[in-house]
Amino acid sequence: MSQNAEIQNAEIHDVIGRGYQHGFVTDIESESLPPGLDEDVVRAISRIKREPAFLTEWRLRAFRHWRTMTEPQWAHVRVNPIDYQDISYYSAPKAKKDGPKSLDEVDPKLLETYEKLGVPLHERARLAGVAVDAVFDSVSVATTFKDRLEKAGVIFCSFSDAVQKHPELLEQHLGSVVPYTDNFYACLNSAVFSDGSFVYIPKGVRCPMELSTYFRINAAKTGQFERTLIVADEGSHVSYLEGCTAPMRDENQLHAAVVELVAMADAQIKYSTVQNWYPGDENGVGGIYNFVTKRGECRGRNSRISWTQVETGSAITWKYPSCVLRGDNSVGEFYSVALANHCQQADTGTKMIHIGANTRSTIVSKGISAGRGQNTYRGLVKILPTATGARNFTQCDSLLMGAQCGAHTFPYVEVKNPSATIEHEASTSRISEDQLFYCLQRGISEEDAVNMIVNGFCKSVFKELPMEFAVEAQNLLAVSLEGSVG
Amino acid sequence: MLVIKDLHAKVGDRKVLDGLNLEVPAGEVHAIMGPNGSGKSTLAYTLAGRPGYEVTAGSVSYQGRDLLSLAPEARAQVGLFLGFQYPVEIPGVNNVYLLKAALNAARKHRGEAEVDAFEFLTLVREKMKVMQMDETFLSRGVNEGFSGGEKKRNEILQMLVLEPSLAVLDETDSGLDIDALKVVAHGVNTLRSPNRAIVLVTHYQRLLDHIQPGRVHVLARGRIIRSGGPELARELEARGYDWVLNEAA
Repeated sequence: MSQNAEIQNAEIHDVIGRGYQHGFVTDIESESLPPGLDEDVVRAISRIKREPAFLTEWRLRAFRHWRTMTEPQWAHVRVNPIDYQDISYYSAPKAKKDGPKSLDEVDPKLLETYEKLGVPLHERARLAGVAVDAVFDSVSVATTFKDRLEKAGVIFCSFSDAVQKHPELLEQHLGSVVPYTDNFYACLNSAVFSDGSFVYIPKGVRCPMELSTYFRINAAKTGQFERTLIVADEGSHVSYLEGCTAPMRDENQLHAAVVELVAMADAQIKYSTVQNWYPGDENGVGGIYNFVTKRGECRGRNSRISWTQVETGSAITWKYPSCVLRGDNSVGEFYSVALANHCQQADTGTKMIHIGANTRSTIVSKGISAGRGQNTYRGLVKILPTATGARNFTQCDSLLMGAQCGAHTFPYVEVKNPSATIEHEASTSRISEDQLFYCLQRGISEEDAVNMIVNGFCKSVFKELPMEFAVEAQNLLAVSLEGSVG
Repeated sequence: MLVIKDLHAKVGDRKVLDGLNLEVPAGEVHAIMGPNGSGKSTLAYTLAGRPGYEVTAGSVSYQGRDLLSLAPEARAQVGLFLGFQYPVEIPGVNNVYLLKAALNAARKHRGEAEVDAFEFLTLVREKMKVMQMDETFLSRGVNEGFSGGEKKRNEILQMLVLEPSLAVLDETDSGLDIDALKVVAHGVNTLRSPNRAIVLVTHYQRLLDHIQPGRVHVLARGRIIRSGGPELARELEARGYDWVLNEAA
């Protein structure tokens, strides 16, 4: 833990001595709960957020269950032990108070990265956690489009807002795809989640624009336990982008989010992620532990859920965006690029659970390992007895750069219906000296050549991303690979 | 244009070039012939600066500058083009994208602005016509799934777009049927000019029927053992290499 955090803790302990509960209730925006986790903390979070009883009870049930669980050990990652009593489970946005006051106070290296990523100047300030003035806030993208979304009947708001305004929708769907008993981190999240997003698309509505959490999460710089719930009612369509395309300079932090998607009959949800949390330094010091549970359920007939992810950040990524294909003829897709450079570890993949008849799934995974990075694809394709005529296609490619990195593939297949068709293709390759020299001989620099070759390798995933995101993903990959050659 | 003096080079522990001398003036086309394993491809790679090809002695001057002091990409940027014997596939990287990056690297080196996308496409289409390549080429990956002949055409197409001052073409004729050979030769011939030099590395006379060289050199045991006019190539075709090797021994 950093010195600053210790000082902060000391201050917080002083506050506790004076009776912290009054402190945070009267001035939520500037108070944090002290480190530690017990039922009182869970209740306190729920109270701060003025949650209805059902939600408080749900959190408490999750917490009680969590205490019976242990961390999963099966992933191919080395995790420093996490002291769950040493984490503060509610902290008001620290950006406004503790953050830098202007761009001049921001780490120049960080600004350099924004420059390379092409993040607009006024966004750089937001991303760096600069205390932005009210004018900026009032022109935020989310609020600008709120009217248009409301006209279409689309609900897009923070989870906290949804708790107040749409409790019936939450009660109906929360935990219906990822029950709090699902796994250790999802269970912890269920007990302590701080905020997140809620989306509801009514029957037959095609969401008039891409929804994005790009700004909100970055601007708020809040809790590491967000929760997202997207419900697409019958015949509706939505494309949702989630991104942190700038590195966060926070120390070793646990980020345990949960995303649940529900697609009713004939509905389509496309969920795209560009993840670039701080990966730690070249020697593996610091960085985010990104332990995220994402799952979508194709609940109705002919529904479709598509996950596209570009994972370049985090010290450790542990993440398996999955599809439960319950409705007949439903379709699940997973397109992934995961990069592990320096000392990063990625254990990521998907689960496709075929329940309905004629369900189809596609998995395309591109893993890039560089430096001492360890990249693991872990996937499960499960065909249940009811899934007559189910089909899966899996393509799983690994690209190695240098001699110290590793690529690992663990594809699991369980077929309980003889009519299923399953295809699996896998490859492992290196950027060959021949390819590199070919580019050099055409006058292209080594760094550009590597980027070109890596982007070529990832092409079939990038083309699934929304246009402007694809460009960002390419730039991000280039920045993340910087210095890994030569 | 190109002056090679007493060049010694090794690949790993193997000495391949052993005191090679060669001069190619601007405006000329020279052919380098020789038996397998004589060092022809090594010469081409050494000039281009391929990692693993180590120069142990000698000098190479290109347009008056010390070529060997330049990084491989810098050699390309100052106008050295190597036509590969076995062009590599780069899956997912678009042909046109690579070509544009290559052209822009050279333009940047010359202090020129990046090529306009529309202009570039017009240029590529025009050169594609010369090489009789169809439209689908534009959307394919670099050499991805190309036949041997298509790969060689693609090399020459790149050369036509990049307009190098010195082109070293390594076995550009291998793997080509006669029709493709004519197309490739035509492409090369369109690039001949007084301020450009071309070095053809080849086994066979047949390429030289279509691209007539001013000088022909025989490379054996890591050095040029004989030089002559176009008639030397025909003599080699008729009599093989043994007599030259014996005379030089």
